[in-house]
Amino acid sequence: MGTLWFWIVALMLTVYAVLDGFDLGVGIVYLWVARSEAERRQAMRSIGPVWDGNEVWLLAAGGTLFFAFPLLYASAFSGFYLPLMMVLWLIILRGVSIELRSHSSDAVWRAFFDGLFCFASVLLAIFFGAALANVVRGVPIGPDGYFFLPLWTNFKTGSNPGILDWYTVLGGLISLTALSLHGAIYLALKTQGNLAARAQQVARWAWMAAALLTAAGVPATIVARPESLKNYTAHPIAFVIPLIGAACIGAIRVTMSRQSGLTCFLCSCGYLASVLIGAATGLFPALLPAVGGQGHDLTIERTISGAYGLHVGLIWWGLGIFLALLYTVIVYGSFRGKVAIEDSEYEHEH
Amino acid sequence: MDTLTLHRIHFAFTITYHYLFPQLTMGLALLIVVLKTLALRTADRKTAEHYDTGARFWGKIFGINFLLGVVTGIPMEFQFGTNWAEFSRRAGGVIGTPLAMEGVFSFFLESAFLGLFLFGERRLSRRAHWASAFLVFVGAWLSGFFIIVTNAFMQHPVGYKLLSNGTLEIASFRELLLNPWAWLEYSHNMCAAVVTASFFMAALGSLYLLQGRDVPHGRTFLRVGVIAGAIACVAQVFPTGDLHGKYLAQHQAVAIAAMEGLFRTEKGAGMILIGQPNYESGTIDNPLVVNKFLSFLIYGTTGAEVEGLDHFPREQWPSALPLLFYSYHIMVGLGTWFGALMAFAAFLLWRGKLYSSRWILWPILLSWPLPYIATTAGWMTAEIGRQPWLVYGLIRTSQGASSHVSASNTLFTLIGFLGLYSVLSLLWIVLVYNHVQAGPSVAVRDRQLIPVTV
Repeated sequence: MGTLWFWIVALMLTVYAVLDGFDLGVGIVYLWVARSEAERRQAMRSIGPVWDGNEVWLLAAGGTLFFAFPLLYASAFSGFYLPLMMVLWLIILRGVSIELRSHSSDAVWRAFFDGLFCFASVLLAIFFGAALANVVRGVPIGPDGYFFLPLWTNFKTGSNPGILDWYTVLGGLISLTALSLHGAIYLALKTQGNLAARAQQVARWAWMAAALLTAAGVPATIVARPESLKNYTAHPIAFVIPLIGAACIGAIRVTMSRQSGLTCFLCSCGYLASVLIGAATGLFPALLPAVGGQGHDLTIERTISGAYGLHVGLIWWGLGIFLALLYTVIVYGSFRGKVAIEDSEYEHEH
Repeated sequence: MDTLTLHRIHFAFTITYHYLFPQLTMGLALLIVVLKTLALRTADRKTAEHYDTGARFWGKIFGINFLLGVVTGIPMEFQFGTNWAEFSRRAGGVIGTPLAMEGVFSFFLESAFLGLFLFGERRLSRRAHWASAFLVFVGAWLSGFFIIVTNAFMQHPVGYKLLSNGTLEIASFRELLLNPWAWLEYSHNMCAAVVTASFFMAALGSLYLLQGRDVPHGRTFLRVGVIAGAIACVAQVFPTGDLHGKYLAQHQAVAIAAMEGLFRTEKGAGMILIGQPNYESGTIDNPLVVNKFLSFLIYGTTGAEVEGLDHFPREQWPSALPLLFYSYHIMVGLGTWFGALMAFAAFLLWRGKLYSSRWILWPILLSWPLPYIATTAGWMTAEIGRQPWLVYGLIRTSQGASSHVSASNTLFTLIGFLGLYSVLSLLWIVLVYNHVQAGPSVAVRDRQLIPVTV
């Protein structure tokens, strides 16, 4: 039962990364690919109806984590107190900038929210990457299951790490480049004209950076936490996950130059998913491993909620997610197609 | 300040600020459905367009408030873990369920269909657009329900079992969701949300009538606001408030005694309308009392004995007594004013005199902020009344905070939220003011332009 909920939460976070990943990525590349006011509106329109729903996956995953693994939720959220609060502030600023820029036609007002949108998206991408790297590397968990991490110590991994060390900074940069790539591919797929062309260009650069950094990330992970390999060596079939990831990275480049936007975007989704699923595979059965002292890992067994609640949970969670997928299909279906530079669809209906 | 106090202020501030937005959007979601229904039911195209324009206008105000509700709501879910880790660890086995259910059942629903409601009017049929408004309403009200189930568990825990390590685990899903406290609290709270939204709508209608602009829309807003407001104000007091109070008296008698400022157990206890509780002497200064009314309210007879604070050991008393007393009295006092104002306005509407009676339009206009104050005071009553317990009778507030998060870190983020939320308040004022100034007639024009972004 615990294993099932472990993978449910991992899957929800993966869906979050893939979906909110592209609108975060749009935010990262926004100022460079969308130059004119019309292009900026075009870029905003490409994520306008969906970004909020994408972000809900984070909330739903957080709620599910709380429900299934209360001790983990309590420990991780209080231990990562400062960076989490900053993530919250950035989420607030980003949401506000997307929605409020259109409320005034004043150029300064719009420029301000454009900058804020990009700033918050960049930092969020870095924070999320660093967060994942923190979980993979492990934290100094005490016997009571709690810890508190400072923002940085000496930038080394080991028994006294900070939120930021060389490994988590690398994680942040991988996330930044991977999401830029993801967002640029999305824009190239979803828009037309100059915006799409520039997005294509940016995607090429982002691809190079993301591929290089990801390649560095794999050995770095083994250095930062050698135990990550344990599940892989015990079940060599698991090596399929990083292989799929590598294949996706290659396929992104190939499809990018062949102008097959949807395939390229799906490969990018596959790449992000392989990183998250690969990390989860390395962690299992720990949700948050401990550094230094042994045996303080926050494992499934140690943090799992009561069996009755988890059984009932399967029913309502299944129903809820079925409905959520249904809404997602309806919304993406209603706003399918490319976003043109001047929205002329309203004219067509006359 | 010590760590615990800072964690409490942190949560109290962020939740109070957050709830300024959902109380409007939950009520407004219903009123928008009313406007969309009026539009759908009329055969006359022009009248239908009139109501649709009104709905579109309120949709924008809804959108601004919904956005601020969402972004200030995300910290609430996180704060259970960040600031109240021990509470999360011990009670997560129960409250994790309604909180996760809120995520999967209402957030997806709201976010998906709000997009369709705001962006999709031209792409959808009239019925489908009505349905998207309706589903936003369902999502918003479901969200409120799951949160209230969580709060009701803290107020009146049911359906749980206590494990030997001190953690709580859900034992009955049915009991948890059917907690009588939850249903009483939910109905009382949702009436309050409708009161907030209908005062807002009626006030704006009054403003337009007083200004002599957008008069047809002003009349519609005033009419819908007054009718919905009158119904909600009555239901707020009776049956929801009345039943909730009686249930409270059964299960949190000490809270009732503190709210009412009843220091000594009395037969035929009176109800204090105004006064300042004096904790040194155990009396009320400058009291204005309705004799025997409290006994009547709680037990239905004027002679019944009501337990005063002296009946309970001091460590069970809510920790912020004067604040509790004032919160409760502000809630009740304002609730009385709302009922009187809306009943009178509804009477004038029925007599056909409302639109021209400027002397009643003024108080309606000026009253729009008051429901926010009343709702906040109501929630303060509920939450301070629950003290010193975090989960009533099971976990004390002093046991719930994150012990590994220091006072200075908490103060740091509290200051951050204070600053950020000040900026959000300014944005809200500017945006809503601009929107009100632009008026519904712009919403007609906007129809050609709408969905640039939300």
